Amino acid sequence: MTSEPFYQTIAQLAAALDAKRLSSVDLTKAVIARTKAVEGRVHAFNSFDETDALAQASSSDARRAAGQARGALDGIPIGFKDVIAVTGQPLTASSKMLANFVSPYDATVTTKLKNAGAVVWGRLNMDEFAMGSSTENSANGPTSNPWDLTRVPGGSSGGSAAALAAGEAIATLGSDTGGSIRQPAALCGVVGLKPTYGLVSRFGLIAFASSLDQIGPFARTVEDAAIVLGAIAGYDERDSTSFQTEIPDYRVDLKQRQGPWKLGIPKEYFGEGLDPEIAAAVERTIAFYKGQGCEIKEVSLPHTQYCLDTYYVIATAEASSNLARYDGIRYGHRSQNASDIVDLYFKSRAEGFGAEVKRRIILGTYVLSSGYYDAYYLRAQKVRTLIRNDFLATFRDVDALITPTSPMPAFKIGEKADPLALYLCDIYTIGVNLAGLPGISVPCGFTKSGLPIGAQLIGQPFRESELLAIAHAYEQAHDWKNKFPAL
Amino acid sequence: MNYEAVIGLEVHVQVKTRSKIFTRVSTGYGYEPNTLTDPVVLALPGALPVMNKAALDAIIKAGLLLGCEIAPVCKWDRKQYFYPDSPKNYQISQYDQPICLGGTVEIELPGSARNVMGEHKKIPLTRIHLEEDVGKLNHGANDSLVDYNRAGTPLMEIVSDPAMHTAEEAYAYLTSLRATMIYGGISDCDMEKGQLRCDANISIRPVGETKLGVKVELKNLNSISYVRDGIAHEIKRQIGVLERGGIIVQETRDYDGMTGTSQSLRSKEMAHDYRYFPDPDLMPVKVDEAWKDKLRAECPELPFDKQRRFLADYQLPYTLTSALVWDHALADYFEAAAKLSGKPQATGNWIVNDLLRELGAAKLGLADSRVAPAHIAALVKLVDSGTVLTNAAKEIFVEMFATGDQPDAVAERKGLNAAPTDSNGLEQWCRDAIAANPKALAEFKSGKDSAINAFKGPIMKAAKGKANPKLVDETLRKLLASS
Repeated sequence: MTSEPFYQTIAQLAAALDAKRLSSVDLTKAVIARTKAVEGRVHAFNSFDETDALAQASSSDARRAAGQARGALDGIPIGFKDVIAVTGQPLTASSKMLANFVSPYDATVTTKLKNAGAVVWGRLNMDEFAMGSSTENSANGPTSNPWDLTRVPGGSSGGSAAALAAGEAIATLGSDTGGSIRQPAALCGVVGLKPTYGLVSRFGLIAFASSLDQIGPFARTVEDAAIVLGAIAGYDERDSTSFQTEIPDYRVDLKQRQGPWKLGIPKEYFGEGLDPEIAAAVERTIAFYKGQGCEIKEVSLPHTQYCLDTYYVIATAEASSNLARYDGIRYGHRSQNASDIVDLYFKSRAEGFGAEVKRRIILGTYVLSSGYYDAYYLRAQKVRTLIRNDFLATFRDVDALITPTSPMPAFKIGEKADPLALYLCDIYTIGVNLAGLPGISVPCGFTKSGLPIGAQLIGQPFRESELLAIAHAYEQAHDWKNKFPAL
Repeated sequence: MNYEAVIGLEVHVQVKTRSKIFTRVSTGYGYEPNTLTDPVVLALPGALPVMNKAALDAIIKAGLLLGCEIAPVCKWDRKQYFYPDSPKNYQISQYDQPICLGGTVEIELPGSARNVMGEHKKIPLTRIHLEEDVGKLNHGANDSLVDYNRAGTPLMEIVSDPAMHTAEEAYAYLTSLRATMIYGGISDCDMEKGQLRCDANISIRPVGETKLGVKVELKNLNSISYVRDGIAHEIKRQIGVLERGGIIVQETRDYDGMTGTSQSLRSKEMAHDYRYFPDPDLMPVKVDEAWKDKLRAECPELPFDKQRRFLADYQLPYTLTSALVWDHALADYFEAAAKLSGKPQATGNWIVNDLLRELGAAKLGLADSRVAPAHIAALVKLVDSGTVLTNAAKEIFVEMFATGDQPDAVAERKGLNAAPTDSNGLEQWCRDAIAANPKALAEFKSGKDSAINAFKGPIMKAAKGKANPKLVDETLRKLLASS
């Protein structure tokens, strides 16, 4: 176990801060120094603001000195995916379109974390507008996987996963539309949680696909993820899709809830295309639960084969509409070579968006077009209901499902040039978004070549407490959380 | 050949809410450009819409007033097109599940004379839906500037069936619809401020033909008169085209009310594919019976219903009801005064003839009037009892309007009371008048009742015009009976 503060957990650091063994300023300085030391190799950040971070840390120390500390997150540097609005900070979605945009307002999660005393730290790299699974689709260049700098960290929240794995933040926020938190968490060896759709407010999150997007935490441990989730979850009157539900104390819950649980193994998630080392690691994870007295049951999600198609109709349709606002009229990139208003739209968007974003806008525009709507969008929505029903049916028999998070470990930067090959990275994560369920990726081992492997646990709507408890039980019995990349 | 026009109107009405339809920013007109904005109005990255319930209340109320069926569930759709006045490049609207379906607008066509009620018709509505208004472009010589103050103002789109056939019907439709919206407190419908905007779909066909002709959409009809004139012009234009052997092209035309001409804006080939789909940022809304009942209770009586009641209950002449019922406040004012006076017609006459004239001359609204319903009622009673004569009452009214004093106080101060009030002097004048006219006395005695009037002139002369006519009549009859 490392004694470096930037590799400690929120739980450990909160105890140290409370005991005055450490100040938030010292902790933040250590994180800044670490970032400066490794960022040249990792490139997890689009930008960061040291002065601002240290000012926040200093306020936190003052609160703590006055006996007014606001809880476990007070003084903890948390990195933000560059898709979540923070007042006065850039908000670029890793796109040339928003290269010079500075947010004049806070996202609801930002407000909540500020209220919890967290040090809002840096703008993390990602696939442009969260479209991708490798963080290669960034206008600012790719992020490297801290475990192997020649490999991708996954995506789209690759910067959030890599920064955490490299010790450049204590926890980070990402967003997950089809696996964008869980897949990079798996590839970088950290915990990544996608909450139930509607649990965390989307106000201030740059929309990719509104009916699928959720903000969630990356953390070193399940307990840390529970701490951050507790701070950001809850109904928000500024987001009509946020859900009015009691927010439990997840941190307390995950220690109190004990198994044995009934766990389902969806047979469709262990078929062709799954890396054998990952299959073996997930099998060992299942065996652990069995050894703990959990009942393991094979289940079926018969519409799994339609998940990818359904997702790429719904997500692109919504994206084509959500991204229409980036037109160079009110803010963002405006072409200097336009001759009239239509030309301004064409050129600003042609210059401002990257290839993958354009591909998805075109696809989404197509599926919503007159004469195609019923065949594509409407049908996809119906299939989506079938997919959700598949999941809900299994929960009559089991408490949660266990699957691999990603079919493959981190691949080489530039290795997957075909966009369709990249779309396959999300085959195990997409169903969870379509069904609106909570999913968590927990580290469950390494490949022989030393690349992290993640197991995905899928829970029932708004039962994050149980999901976290199941993940926590595994994590406590294993040492993966104490392994760090050699950087 | 004889042609029949078929006209449908699409009317946009801004709903009078304090804040915008999807955010807490204020609505308003005439503010500094782009001051009524926030991240939601400007469609900044990450901003989300949240439905303003007051806007839903208003449209449901409008639907109830017009007899629409209110959908049990309504949802929101994105209507997608690129234009700088639309900050998101989609407009949140309602596509296939509008909140109000069906319903009618009652209209009255001009009667054969001003004092004769015209024919009433009910123009069927197709639908009413709710959407957000867009911003405004201001075109300069070298640039175009956008003002988003209007963007996000709740807007109702009220679509009629293609069920009108003349420009007069369209005019009557708009007049009635406007009054209904104002009555319901749904909108002020000030066309100069863009609170009510109207597009017309017009086609013609040979009389007897049931198939619709090719329709032309007429835009920029920005006053109710322009709607009438523009439609009349378009019908004439289409007939002219057909009579010259031409064909009507499906197109959108811009009407210029100043010159009374129109020109083509775009043809059907340039029509948009709006790529409607349900807005994933907003939840569908359930409208239950309790909600509708609450709003139903707030619905006022509509002008035509009020007019029928005024005709039946107060026995008012048609012209008087027409002058009273279209202004909700004026109608209420009348009812308050009539209740106090017990003389509806006289009360109505004072309000329509004298009060409205004085208010108009002083450029004041009814709310500014110093004359309350009680003043009117008191004046009606003074005249009715013969305490003041009609000419004097007119003078009293003018003074009362200027000062707000009660009519009896004005009469006293200005010496306008009918006199004498003591019956002794009067009785003497009456005796003198009877004695001076034996011919009239004989006629009266022989049964000719109107002969009594012959005595009244000399009495009035003796009283210098200040005799109470009622008292004169009573005294004369008493004396004649004993003569």
